[in-house]
Amino acid sequence: MPSPDLAPEGPRPRVSRKKWAASPVMLWITTPLLLLVFLGIWKAYTLLFDVSSLMLPPPEQVGTAMIELMQGTMIYDAIQVTLYETLVGFALAAAVGIGLGIVLGKARNLERVLSPFLVATQVVPKVAIVPLFLLWFGFGTTSKIFMAAIIAFFVMMQNTILGIRSIDPGHRDLMRVIQAPWWKRVISLDIPSSLPYVLTGVELGIVFAITGAVVGEYLGGDEGLGALATTMLASLRTDMLFAAVIVMTVLGFLLYAITAAIRRFAIPWHESSGRPTSL
Amino acid sequence: MNHPAGVTPSPDPAPAGGAAISIKGVGKEYTTDAGRVRALLPTDLEIKPREFVVLLGPSGCGKTTLLRMLGGLITPTEGSITIGDKTLFAEGDANPSQEALGSLGFVFQQATLMPWRKIWKNIALPLEVKRVKKKERRERAEALAESVGLSDFLEHYPRALSGGMQQRVAIARALIHRPSILLMDEPFGALDAMTRDQMNAMLQQLWMDTGKTVVLVTHSISEAVFLADRVVLLSQRPGRIQDIVDIDFERPRGLDISKDPRFGQIVQRLRAQLGEVS
Repeated sequence: MPSPDLAPEGPRPRVSRKKWAASPVMLWITTPLLLLVFLGIWKAYTLLFDVSSLMLPPPEQVGTAMIELMQGTMIYDAIQVTLYETLVGFALAAAVGIGLGIVLGKARNLERVLSPFLVATQVVPKVAIVPLFLLWFGFGTTSKIFMAAIIAFFVMMQNTILGIRSIDPGHRDLMRVIQAPWWKRVISLDIPSSLPYVLTGVELGIVFAITGAVVGEYLGGDEGLGALATTMLASLRTDMLFAAVIVMTVLGFLLYAITAAIRRFAIPWHESSGRPTSL
Repeated sequence: MNHPAGVTPSPDPAPAGGAAISIKGVGKEYTTDAGRVRALLPTDLEIKPREFVVLLGPSGCGKTTLLRMLGGLITPTEGSITIGDKTLFAEGDANPSQEALGSLGFVFQQATLMPWRKIWKNIALPLEVKRVKKKERRERAEALAESVGLSDFLEHYPRALSGGMQQRVAIARALIHRPSILLMDEPFGALDAMTRDQMNAMLQQLWMDTGKTVVLVTHSISEAVFLADRVVLLSQRPGRIQDIVDIDFERPRGLDISKDPRFGQIVQRLRAQLGEVS
């Protein structure tokens, strides 16, 4: 025990507003509740305004379509294809984005020289490049992988650059004073210090990757959830289209949840742990 | 006062009779967009082993610049610095000698704890660089944590600690590799007055127990007089030593020493001198 004259300042009390409001239990109540409200408004709208089920099918019809879809086999093939494209594209984007981010974060001059081009790759509407990708890589999965990668790449690179830049100069001084060699600085300072930023990039990147893959599928090819959705639209099954969109949403949500869990596990010390990033 | 049972009053390797720190003609000029700015005129100062020297001055007097040069963080424009019997910067050296740096511990204005490391791992960080085995790192961190009154917080992360406690961790970290010299750059500047008094008392005790040479930078006159054997008064733009005042109150000094009329006189005198220049 520290003696009283040494430690009058106790551990800082945790910021606790209303405990209940901060607890995850609340979400178990509010989330289904809000969902019900949403479904209610949806249903009411279709009834009150007599909307054709071709334009907007009522929720229960979408529910039935969902069950029908899940009983078939094609949805599972589609999920598999989209998941594969998303993950490979994401991995590609992460490797290039984080790698380039580290280099550019360290070399300010290089970043200054390259930044107009890097920004240009982002300003180009990526959807407009899809036909080019189809031309280059064909209608198969390869073009979608590149689509997913190019959309997810930038946010991961930007966050990594930010992470490297945000290293506390005081910590750098400290490493010099304790005579840490370069590898020790990388392992004990650069990596842990920039990790929260990199993982934020990864969280956003995985969501962008699945968006890229689906957009690619919408515009060409006959595999994956995007292609399934366009097929349903073409055959005037709007309810099925909605069901497919719901599947995409759930898939994206799961991928996001996994990266968020990784983040929480990897940086338990960080303030952001314990609350998900708002997209 | 909590006695540091775990810290052996380490016999310092500083050579008997020789200076712990010898500063010869050390000055610093910065080159900025607006031209060259003189931060510190060529300065001479000798600091004896186990001495507690306080560099006191207004902001912009070059006191932090001088301390950072002693810590090898800034290269002097001219002059040489010797730590014990090792040269840190010879005249014209661009980089500090790594050998001389080994006998220094540095405490920054901010605690600069790594938020991803538990308290004991923050304290033991310098030992990792020196490839000390984990068991020994842990033992030495525990011993030092006890001497700064933080034994209960070894497994905590820094964010659970108050500012004063964080700065104590930083002091423990600066001492873990058993340096003979402790350099402190306004270590308590960000703390409230009460915490600051307690930290000063703790630092005095730690200094008396361990026999380190301490160089501390501050702009608080009363803090300087309370802690120092010698107060080195620096004046600003360009920084230079204006006066050196010996403070000979007996140790350990209690916080009530500020009621001593002589204490008041010294503070008044220093304040007047600071007033002259600003």
